[in-house]
Amino acid sequence: MQDRHTLTPRERDVWSRLDRVDDPELDEPLTDLGFIEAVSVGDAGDVLVCFRLPTYWCSPNFAFLMAEGIRDEVGALPWVSRVAVQLEDHMCADEMNAAVNAGRSFSEAMALRPELGDLGEVREKFARKAFQRRQEAVLLALRTLGLKPADVAAMTLSQLERTRLHDPEAARQLPRYLEILRARGLATAECDPAFPDPDGRGLTAAGYAERMGELRAVRINMEFGGALCRGLKETRYKEVVRIDGEPTLVDFLHDRVPARQTAG
Amino acid sequence: MYKTPDGREIFVVDGHTHFWDGSPENQRNVHGKQFIDCFYAYHTNLSPPEERWEKSKFEKYSEDDIYNDLFVEGPDDMAIVQTTVLGDFYKKGFGNVERTIKMASRHPERFIVNGAFDPRDGEKALEYIHYLKETHNIQGVKLYTAEWNGDSKGYKLNDPAAYKCLELCDKLGIRNVHVHKGPTIIPLNKDAFDVHDVDYAATDFQNLNFIVEHCGLPRLDDFCWIAVQETNVYAGLAVVLPFIHARPRYFGEVMAELLFWLGPDKILFGSDYAIWTPKWLVEKFWTFQIPEDIAAERGVQLTDEIREKILGLNAARLYGIDVEAAKARLAAAPVSIAAE
Repeated sequence: MQDRHTLTPRERDVWSRLDRVDDPELDEPLTDLGFIEAVSVGDAGDVLVCFRLPTYWCSPNFAFLMAEGIRDEVGALPWVSRVAVQLEDHMCADEMNAAVNAGRSFSEAMALRPELGDLGEVREKFARKAFQRRQEAVLLALRTLGLKPADVAAMTLSQLERTRLHDPEAARQLPRYLEILRARGLATAECDPAFPDPDGRGLTAAGYAERMGELRAVRINMEFGGALCRGLKETRYKEVVRIDGEPTLVDFLHDRVPARQTAG
Repeated sequence: MYKTPDGREIFVVDGHTHFWDGSPENQRNVHGKQFIDCFYAYHTNLSPPEERWEKSKFEKYSEDDIYNDLFVEGPDDMAIVQTTVLGDFYKKGFGNVERTIKMASRHPERFIVNGAFDPRDGEKALEYIHYLKETHNIQGVKLYTAEWNGDSKGYKLNDPAAYKCLELCDKLGIRNVHVHKGPTIIPLNKDAFDVHDVDYAATDFQNLNFIVEHCGLPRLDDFCWIAVQETNVYAGLAVVLPFIHARPRYFGEVMAELLFWLGPDKILFGSDYAIWTPKWLVEKFWTFQIPEDIAAERGVQLTDEIREKILGLNAARLYGIDVEAAKARLAAAPVSIAAE
């Protein structure tokens, strides 16, 4: 991860904005996933952001959404005059970069490839999943605090806002859940129920088990992608090199050598 | 044969293996390079460190390697070799059925070679299916619905052209259709790995078995729903199983879902060799327990009886393998390091 202490104030601004861009499929920030390769800031307030995905084949839909997110978030900084986004080592890199550099919107670039489907539809589909995944993390944490299904079903937005969670993953997800809950208009007033489903239907004690089953299914699917993507990003551009079956220095550096071999 | 810690002998059918050539000499273009690179990343990412291969061996391994890794070092009794052609990426195909048949002919008692076809080839696909049956007597095929073919970036099993091919398979007795529905390696098509087309095909072709490789992940819930409705839809564990090492709790959750929805008779072991080797997968699987809280939630758990079904008996049923007869035959032809 980027050491932010060595950055200029403007570079730090850009990285902070990039923390707000999520991979839509995984609902994790690009900066956590290690997808951002480089940020450069010119004297005229022009910014170049290079990013790279775990494989050459990663879905172009998601790549477009991420590029759009980068452009919009960084472009929102008051001192930024121009943002260029550069996707590297991807099967659609040339097309996408050309669209960016020509100032065309991603939707226009998409229009040339109808088989990719409608970007808005994809965005909505994955926003729902993100909402569900964040909700499950919060519900599971509340359950371990000893709350019963009837308790969480009755919980309001303001009660949830005052709740403190200790599990690190739940503590990370709670503000993210509250943010998406409000952004989607699913709970706005203090007394609104805190755990509607993505269509706004409330949670009941009787429906608790079924809801958790649905949420678990969403998470299992997302985690599969998440685990693969993180691992693939880590191993892309690295190869295992063995000479006469013995691990080399590179293997030690990358922690690829099993303990029993290093012990002797 | 896998020998359990308490001495029982378990018959293992590896439902998903490959004999590929991803070497630079066979790559047609950058896509071919990127494809094998991506497989290699799966391999290094999910294998335990001591099981990782160097790149050149991974790109192209020998006839001796596959025999050794599956049957000598590995616990497999029999292996089903799938053919993934990717003709747009590789000059002679990533998998080439003739090359695989030649390899398998050294040990016909151990290998079952599946063919492949592309419905978008129209009449030629039908002729090719005839050829595969008449020349090689294949029992199954591997279909890759997201394969590129000219301008097309994928197809669906319920496309009319695909139905013609499936009708012919039905007629000729090619009963096992392995469908790659998994991680989006080539996802240019809007969603060529969407699983719903399996639902239509499985309903309309009751004599065929549809083995959904990689369980449709990351669409496990859609897949489970379909597999519950359709008696002839099965789950192939390739790619899912290696999570047993990297993310055991996660693997437990997936197994709990599969056992809850599909039951123990519709899940098939597959190593996805050479992405992974079967030895460590089977060893870990035999001792794996679904974590207590997850098991309690779904009311399911792996038992020795269930593991034995998943590791071999289920695939044996689909492929008409008489397990006792196969055991006797294999005992008479014990594994040995292949002669030079």
